[in-house]
Amino acid sequence: MLYLIFLSSGLFLGWSLGANDAANVFGTAVGSKMIRFRNAALIASIFVILGAVFQGQGTSDTLSSLNAVDALAGGFTVALCSALTVYWMTRYALPVSSSQAIVGAIIGWSFFVDKPADYTVLTKIVGTWVSGPILGLIFAALLFTGLRYLLRKLKIHVIKLDSYIRYSLVIAGAFGAYSLGANNIANVVGVFITSAPDLLLDFGLFTLNGKQLFFLAGGLAIAAGIITYSKRVMLTVGNGILALTPEAAIVVVLSQALVLFVFSSTSLSNVLISIGLPPIPLVPVSSTQVVVGSVIGIGLIKGVREIKLRALGGIALGWVITPVAAGILTYVSLFFVQNVFHLDVTAHGQVATDAGSAAVQAASGMRYNLILPSVFLAALLAILTLVFIILRQKQLRLHTENELLQQQNSSYLAQKNLSTMEISAIQLENDLLNQKLEYRKREFNTMVLNITSQKEFLQELNQKVEAIRKTNDSDIREELIAGLSLMLKQKMSFSNETEEFYSKVEQVDRDFRQKLSNMYPDLTEQEKRLTILLRLNLSSKEISSMLGISPKSVEISRYRLRKRLNLKPGDNLTQFIQNL
Amino acid sequence: MFLFRHANKSIELIDSFLNLIDQGAILFREGVKNYLYGNRESFLNNLQTLSTLETEADIIKRQLENLLYSQSLMPQLRGDILKLMEDLDNIIDLAKTNLYQFDVEVPFIPAELNQDLVKLTELSASAIESVIPAARAYFKDPDTVKEKLHRVYLFEKEADKLADSIKRKVFHDMPGLKLSEKFHLRYFTLHIEMLSDAAEKTADVLSIMAIKRTI
Repeated sequence: MLYLIFLSSGLFLGWSLGANDAANVFGTAVGSKMIRFRNAALIASIFVILGAVFQGQGTSDTLSSLNAVDALAGGFTVALCSALTVYWMTRYALPVSSSQAIVGAIIGWSFFVDKPADYTVLTKIVGTWVSGPILGLIFAALLFTGLRYLLRKLKIHVIKLDSYIRYSLVIAGAFGAYSLGANNIANVVGVFITSAPDLLLDFGLFTLNGKQLFFLAGGLAIAAGIITYSKRVMLTVGNGILALTPEAAIVVVLSQALVLFVFSSTSLSNVLISIGLPPIPLVPVSSTQVVVGSVIGIGLIKGVREIKLRALGGIALGWVITPVAAGILTYVSLFFVQNVFHLDVTAHGQVATDAGSAAVQAASGMRYNLILPSVFLAALLAILTLVFIILRQKQLRLHTENELLQQQNSSYLAQKNLSTMEISAIQLENDLLNQKLEYRKREFNTMVLNITSQKEFLQELNQKVEAIRKTNDSDIREELIAGLSLMLKQKMSFSNETEEFYSKVEQVDRDFRQKLSNMYPDLTEQEKRLTILLRLNLSSKEISSMLGISPKSVEISRYRLRKRLNLKPGDNLTQFIQNL
Repeated sequence: MFLFRHANKSIELIDSFLNLIDQGAILFREGVKNYLYGNRESFLNNLQTLSTLETEADIIKRQLENLLYSQSLMPQLRGDILKLMEDLDNIIDLAKTNLYQFDVEVPFIPAELNQDLVKLTELSASAIESVIPAARAYFKDPDTVKEKLHRVYLFEKEADKLADSIKRKVFHDMPGLKLSEKFHLRYFTLHIEMLSDAAEKTADVLSIMAIKRTI
């Protein structure tokens, strides 16, 4: 437990490394949607852990040979300060590398505990910071030239090429993740290596020692970073690299993976020694800086003149600022850890007395046979996976059935809505027809009444004419003729028919009357009638007979109406009313 | 391996599509010749076949669009490829519309113009036929696209010159024609010439696409 507490700062560094650097290996594939983030994260996590556990030894040994941070509290402070430096510098968008931060922090620790660092190792490490990106540049240039030659020679169809690129990106990404784990695990747990318990776990197929257990924990932390936080970085960084073309992206990922692999492979170094060449320094290098180097390498081959000097400046700036900042922060923090929390930040050349060191002692030299438990664990995992697959299948089937049901339901609802709409449309039509029928009925009744009243009038007229014809007395005849004339005049006022006419006009143009009343509320009934007649485009003569007044009076009424409607001298009254 | 299956299917569709455009150019050339020489039945036959080809090209184009987008194939290049398909489809559309116009409007073409119009049709059809190998080269060997496209530009330039001379002849040297007939002839000359313009436009698109791939 104590180990885990002290390791936590390293694990935090691992988490941030996973979140940031996984984008360098899978950013292109995820950013271009060639592979789903979930799958990319799974592949990256597995290969990072494998790389860390099986090839993390070399770089970690180099880091501890720089100066052995021989107390857990010291390791904790060193890792924490590196992580904080990386975090802050990333936050302010400054070029940063965890490799440089951890080296700076170790130097800071060396100054604090007054144990001079091994400057030969330091020179070697600083040398690789420069040679890493340069090697990336060379690898990228060579790979790109080779790939371009191959593609020109093979003339692969562009769509098939796309498929090859996708698979290659996944494979290169997996290799990149392995190399990242192998090379950068030193940054995460390198400072704790001297405090690792001396034990051996035998799993039958392979064995894990205390250091490898630390590497496993670090690898898991990186994997956690990848799974929880790298998606956004992958999408942005991936799209940035993508600007190159997918072929170039593969070259970048592959050359970066190769550089990290070269700087972490003990076997490769041994091969070189066996053929009489100098060994490769096994040093953690910054994957981001190698990527920048690789991109520049491709740019050189393509003949792009504008090499990103700012990017180069960024790397150089990172080489200086990061270690200095981490070193100073570590020095200050160690002062607090030692004097405020009273923890030993170094072993002072004696056997460590803290609990962590006690645990180291207790666990030293122990060998655990874990073949049987691991077989059980594997069997359990297999069973769990099987159960998971079966349950998932069932869930998927249920999900599909549910979706089908939902689709059926929605189509039923849509049909129902359609029927309801149809019904309401038919009802509306029926209502309209009923209204029309009612109107016609009323019209018919009016017509009947009209005919009856006309008939009555004509009968009365006939009787009066008969009476006049039969009368010999001129006075009485004059009187009867005067009565007849009066009756005809009264009839000519058309009271009923006129009313009926207006009501029909209003029925046809119901909106107009409403609008007129709203716009000109002061109009009299007579003026409104005149307006309606003018809207029907009737002449003054026709209007005069309709209103039972002389044409002269119509002209005067028109003049008054113009005033009421506020018309200007040039405006046409009839047109104005028709446009209302 | 699913990816390769979809890729092979897309390649098959693109090849069939390019074949259709190529055949469309041949049919257009034959159709105009048959109209000019009065072979009504053969003309109608050409028109019918061209119309079927155009429909097939539309269907293939839509299938390809669907495949490229639903399977997320070629995220960087699919926009360009679909633009190329669109432009090529436009050529076969134009060819079909032109033949239909001959069928519907039955333009009066004086016999002395036959030779010139046949040559104009030949030039436009050749411009289209020269785009096809360049389009095929884009997919497999983008470096050679440019060297294949120079023929398109040559045919287009020649078609332009010939169309100008036909129009000049119609308006200056044929006083016996009515103005409406002159307009009609100009209109048909323009439409045949437009096919070579469409081929040139596609060639422009292709040459930019090829540059993008070779960078």
